[in-house]
Amino acid sequence: MLALGLARFVILRNVTSFRRGWPVFLSGFFEPVFYLFSIGVGLGALVKTVTTDSGAVVGYADFVAPAMLASAAMNGAIMDVTFNVFHKLRFAKLYDTMLATPAAPKDIAVGEVTWALIRGGIYSAGFLVVALFMGFVHSWWAVLALPAALVIGAAFAGVGMWATTYMTTWQQFEIIFLIVQPMFLFSATFFPLSSYPEALQWVVRATPLYHGVVLERGLMLGDVGSGLVGSLAYLLVLGGVGMWGAGRRIERLLLT
Amino acid sequence: MTDDVLLSAKGLTKTFGDFTAVDGIDVEVRRGESFGFLGPNGAGKSSTMRMVAAVSPVTSGELRIFGQDPATHGPAIRARLGNCPQQDRLDEELSVEENLWVYGRFFGLTRAEVRARADELLDFAQLTERRKDKVEPLSGGMKRRLVIARSLINNPELLLLDEPTTGLDPQARHVLWDRLFRLKRQGVTLILTTHYMDEAEQLCDRLVVMDHGRIVAEGSPRALIQEHSTREVVEVRYDVDDHGVHAGPLEGIGDRLEILPDRVLIYADDGDAAAGAVARSGTEPLSTLVRRSTLEDVFLHLTGRTLVD
Amino acid sequence: MSALPESPRSRLVHGERRPLSAVERTWGLVGFHLTLLRRTWRGLVVSRFLTPVLFLAAMGIGIGRLVDRSSGGVAGVPYLQYVVPGIVMASAMQWAVGESTWPVMTLIKWNQMYAAMLAAPTRVADVLRAHWVVVSFGIAWGSGVFIAIAALFGGVRSWWALLGVPIAVLTAMAFVAPLFWFAARTDNEEGFTTIFRLVITPLMLFSGTFFPVSQLPIWLQPVAWVTPLWHGTELARPAFLGDPLDPGHGAGWAIHLAVLTAYVVVGGWGAHRAFRARLEA
Repeated sequence: MLALGLARFVILRNVTSFRRGWPVFLSGFFEPVFYLFSIGVGLGALVKTVTTDSGAVVGYADFVAPAMLASAAMNGAIMDVTFNVFHKLRFAKLYDTMLATPAAPKDIAVGEVTWALIRGGIYSAGFLVVALFMGFVHSWWAVLALPAALVIGAAFAGVGMWATTYMTTWQQFEIIFLIVQPMFLFSATFFPLSSYPEALQWVVRATPLYHGVVLERGLMLGDVGSGLVGSLAYLLVLGGVGMWGAGRRIERLLLT
Repeated sequence: MTDDVLLSAKGLTKTFGDFTAVDGIDVEVRRGESFGFLGPNGAGKSSTMRMVAAVSPVTSGELRIFGQDPATHGPAIRARLGNCPQQDRLDEELSVEENLWVYGRFFGLTRAEVRARADELLDFAQLTERRKDKVEPLSGGMKRRLVIARSLINNPELLLLDEPTTGLDPQARHVLWDRLFRLKRQGVTLILTTHYMDEAEQLCDRLVVMDHGRIVAEGSPRALIQEHSTREVVEVRYDVDDHGVHAGPLEGIGDRLEILPDRVLIYADDGDAAAGAVARSGTEPLSTLVRRSTLEDVFLHLTGRTLVD
Repeated sequence: MSALPESPRSRLVHGERRPLSAVERTWGLVGFHLTLLRRTWRGLVVSRFLTPVLFLAAMGIGIGRLVDRSSGGVAGVPYLQYVVPGIVMASAMQWAVGESTWPVMTLIKWNQMYAAMLAAPTRVADVLRAHWVVVSFGIAWGSGVFIAIAALFGGVRSWWALLGVPIAVLTAMAFVAPLFWFAARTDNEEGFTTIFRLVITPLMLFSGTFFPVSQLPIWLQPVAWVTPLWHGTELARPAFLGDPLDPGHGAGWAIHLAVLTAYVVVGGWGAHRAFRARLEA
């Protein structure tokens, strides 16, 4: 916590404000769980088994569960750095107040992203417990599933926050919705990449959530190969670039 | 009841649970009059106005607008009224002219009537240049003028204005007064509420002073001043925390003394003579000001306290 | 004000004015919603329309292929055809919720346009009727277009599927009416986010939209039975499959219809009461 420097005050403030908003906080956790039970378990009884892109035949719920974990990490992170940061940036003018203290824009960016990660991490950990309890975890590699969820969260938090600094009206959040929802449905979350025509497969491979899903699926099913390294690198780079951009933009917006 | 009485209320009462907002008031307003409800916040002005606008049911007492009972003839009454409530209630997503058009259609006006009427009213409200703009960025004064224009869309016989200038800067207030004065000259019957004395003196032929849901005085501004105040008032200020300490030496000057936290008021028909008496009283005032009596003095006299806001 | 060219029948003439018929009152208020819609429809098309199409592709086609391969479809038909009526009804529900939460709060509280309407010769019943007419037409239009798109993908097998339009409107209204009631009684719009996430999403997922309710654990099934969405989907599915009255289920259709109607009637009664209490105090 100390290494975060002044950013920890940004986090503390968020924790305080969320003590009051806990129903909203909880609802972000339940969404992937609902999907797991509905699509994974309910519809899964009709799908029975599915062949993963690496050739393993697994139960449908086992196939969907890791994808929902990745989505939980994405949801937690992206909701925080978009709606909440926007509100604070444009309406509550909270950052102006913070910058009147010794905090710097960098502290704000780091603080907000860390908070988003904590939130995404809590969702992911909760989800992992549910998955474990339901028997959807098949390998000790799953120990790494939580850190992997944090990496996914960081990637979305960085990029999401960067994008948010360019928004000026609430209507523009439709755009975020328009990106997140198709990603949720089509990133090899509910059916394998091989179901797509060749051209579309490349589109899917370009999306960050796809790499998150690949990572979590490999870890939870114990199907670990060198391909996971590529996905990990993709997410790390994305997160790094996002945070760099977000920090720069916040500096431009606030210190003028 | 004659055709010329547009509003008549007898024992008009409005309660919200245990709270009595309007406590049995009697009022009559005739065609062509400009009538005001004057009083502080919470005096019951807005509750009265909402009942008169036939948008809020009467708790007890009798209320007739155009000779009709709002409980049974609400829509018929509202068809002839112009209602300009305290909050603007504009759709800020729509343009200035669209706000007028849609509102006119609520009254069953034809498309052509609404368009023609909107053109005139935009001109009247000095908003013609802004007609295509969204409402949201308009200034407070412009929004208020738009609401007044909108309330005139159905060519009302009676226009209700609930605190028309509250929250506006002095310049915007004067523009608005000018517009309202034109309406008055065109023969539109106005009923307005205000907590500004100068507004009531400017716009009202006749007014009632309300306090705690009751009417405490009624008459023209001039008559009220004559009846409840003197021709002139002397305002005396001292360098003390409690102005009460000077009540003794000033006793007997003018007709009447009023001790306020920050000054002493001396009511007298000859202000200069009273000011002279103050100078000879042995007290050492910071300032002495002679002015004409206003409605504010009436109000102070009637309710015994300074007006908030 | 200068004199307008007024006919003696004009409602601008001083004196007692010609009363407005119910149709005139409704139409005047509908005009407001349409004017507003002219400004907002682009955003609505995107958010209300793309979602069902995405679900059609992901569920109907993507997962559908897996289901058909393993189980040979559901209820004797390819999964795509099974799921289309479910998506139509679930989208109608989501559209309904979208129309009866924040927009209603705006008109009640933020811009107070409902109060402005009631200052005209209208009553609360007119205000509700006009708003619901507009919402119903939006939903009818949206589900009609969606059914046509689904047909292009081979998701519709009978012309009876057109009955999906009125059923979607009825199902949507079974949500709209109670939600208007709720909106008029609430002051805190943050509750809406929670409703969306904790009520509407599970409803979509567990009310027989994507798989038969019989797949659910036995204790969860009665929960589905009370939801309007399940009744709407059950009513629509036989129609989409070509046999609206579905003799296999006896008078099931009548029960579904009755439950949905009950939601609309009770919700409408409550909304009218709550609106009067809130706007005519």
